[in-house]
Amino acid sequence: MSGWLGPQEWAAVALSMRVSFWATLVSLPLGIFVAHALARWRFPGRQLLNGLVHLPLILPPVVTGYLLLLTFGRQGPVGSMLDEHLGIVLAFRWTGAALAAGVMAFPLMVRAIRLSIEAVDPRLEEAGATLGASRAWVFLTVTLPLILPGVVAGAILAFAKAMGEFGATITFVSNIPGQTQTLASAVYAFLQVPGGEAAAMRLVLVSIIIAMVALLASEFVATRVARRVRGT
Amino acid sequence: MTLDVALSHRFKDFALDVAFEAPAGVTVLFGRSGSGKTTVANALAGLLRPQSGRASINGTVLFDTAAGVWLPPHLRRVGYVFQEGRLFPHLTVRRNLLYGRWFARGAADGASFERVVRLLGLEHLLARRPGALSGGEKQRVALGRALLSRPQLLLMDEPLAALDEARKAEILPYLERIRDQTEVPILYVSHSVAEVARLATTVVALDRGRVVRAGPAAAVLSDPEAVPTLGVREAGAMLVGRVVRHHPDGLTEVALSAGPIFMPRLEVEPGVSLRIRIEAKDVIVARGRPEGLSALNILPAEVATVRRGAGGGVIVQFRAGQDLLLARVTRRSADALELIPGAACHLVMKSVAVAQADIGEVAQAD
Repeated sequence: MSGWLGPQEWAAVALSMRVSFWATLVSLPLGIFVAHALARWRFPGRQLLNGLVHLPLILPPVVTGYLLLLTFGRQGPVGSMLDEHLGIVLAFRWTGAALAAGVMAFPLMVRAIRLSIEAVDPRLEEAGATLGASRAWVFLTVTLPLILPGVVAGAILAFAKAMGEFGATITFVSNIPGQTQTLASAVYAFLQVPGGEAAAMRLVLVSIIIAMVALLASEFVATRVARRVRGT
Repeated sequence: MTLDVALSHRFKDFALDVAFEAPAGVTVLFGRSGSGKTTVANALAGLLRPQSGRASINGTVLFDTAAGVWLPPHLRRVGYVFQEGRLFPHLTVRRNLLYGRWFARGAADGASFERVVRLLGLEHLLARRPGALSGGEKQRVALGRALLSRPQLLLMDEPLAALDEARKAEILPYLERIRDQTEVPILYVSHSVAEVARLATTVVALDRGRVVRAGPAAAVLSDPEAVPTLGVREAGAMLVGRVVRHHPDGLTEVALSAGPIFMPRLEVEPGVSLRIRIEAKDVIVARGRPEGLSALNILPAEVATVRRGAGGGVIVQFRAGQDLLLARVTRRSADALELIPGAACHLVMKSVAVAQADIGEVAQAD
């Protein structure tokens, strides 16, 4: 494939895969936790948390990217702290692209998982408790296996969204070839230069293939898991 | 072992205020729907926090609102068999059964897996998932799962209510086996007098959130004052009889304390004790010894108490040998026959009045 794609194109595809993978993996535990809190717990500020989670879905991506830059940039409150104490820099790095992609994909992931948690009969969780399982064990042995189809769907959705993320990424980490130039940024960059259409077209094909494969994989996994969970 | 409960809880339109003691064996918490039975069971399991109250099993406190004690559900070792089974759909029957046992590891004694599987006849179901089970099979698995969590108390919330008559008849013998072959005390929530007669050692009758009657099953079932709570239609005494012999004409002779009665052939060995239920509506009262009747079962008896209901009905309690029986007659008959305490009578029961489904096998130990 690297023969067919130019080095810059190949770098963009590989970077997008890496960014989406880590964005999905790191946000998954947090997504499950937040979805569970929104679906099952009653606490003050629940609606506020719900709004906060959904904000990236509603805000223009450029605004989200700019807010990330203000917060996680080297001069930003969180960014300067990370830089000073842990030596982590996000702005204009691929890790920053992963953060931007993760934030943008988070609402989709939480929605999918939350719906599946709400579909779990809480009486099954009660039954687990009467059998001696603490809340954490009930979650791990009853709730989590039952919501697995939703978790898979949420993860795939988040991965696909991360692959296509453009506005927040380019605002937060710019469009540096080989460093922060994701697939979407690369397509945009190639379209800006004369004669770049061919490269852009190849990347468009690649993203279509990746999207289709992801979708089919999610369907396959989800139906298999759902059959297992339904108990037949 | 004794379970001690006292709790009160106020709902929007209903106040629960009960206190009772449940000794070993099966204690049936009896009452119509909405009488607060399930609330009591949920409070004992820790699924509902009552506004005030205290409960303890053998001195182990489950909750005590005055002392601020609230044991979380998973530390109570209270097994719960729910009306709808609530099996985990993603686990096989084997893993459903073993779910609670894993958390109860370290608990001293307890039924072994093989024993429970055999007791409930689950051998051929172990590899299946709950979705592929019938309603009766699901309830048997739920029973086994609760037993294997090594509970110090077993709660059953109308475990038969969702089943048809055939499935009920399939489960009842297993419930009797659990009662007779395990040490675990059982609190059984029900609104069926037939289940009370068949399973109960002790009855606690609830009505609109209060305990209206409590005591040994035979005493409560033959108490005319309990009739309005149990329901006039289903009222009837529960007696224990012993199978004497099988007659060649297809009848089985059962000895009660007042004399023999005859039932269509029962598949039990002579010498075995049986619970027999005689519904009040199936008893005909005669002052003299009736002659020329087709009914086989006629017992001499003496009127013990008479309770006149609000309508035209009268419930008469009879003493027949050591046993107490109930009969429901009209007010007119009660007056015409001069049924007053001490009056000598004969009770006529059609042999079909002793229904097979209501006959429970009583363990020798009882």
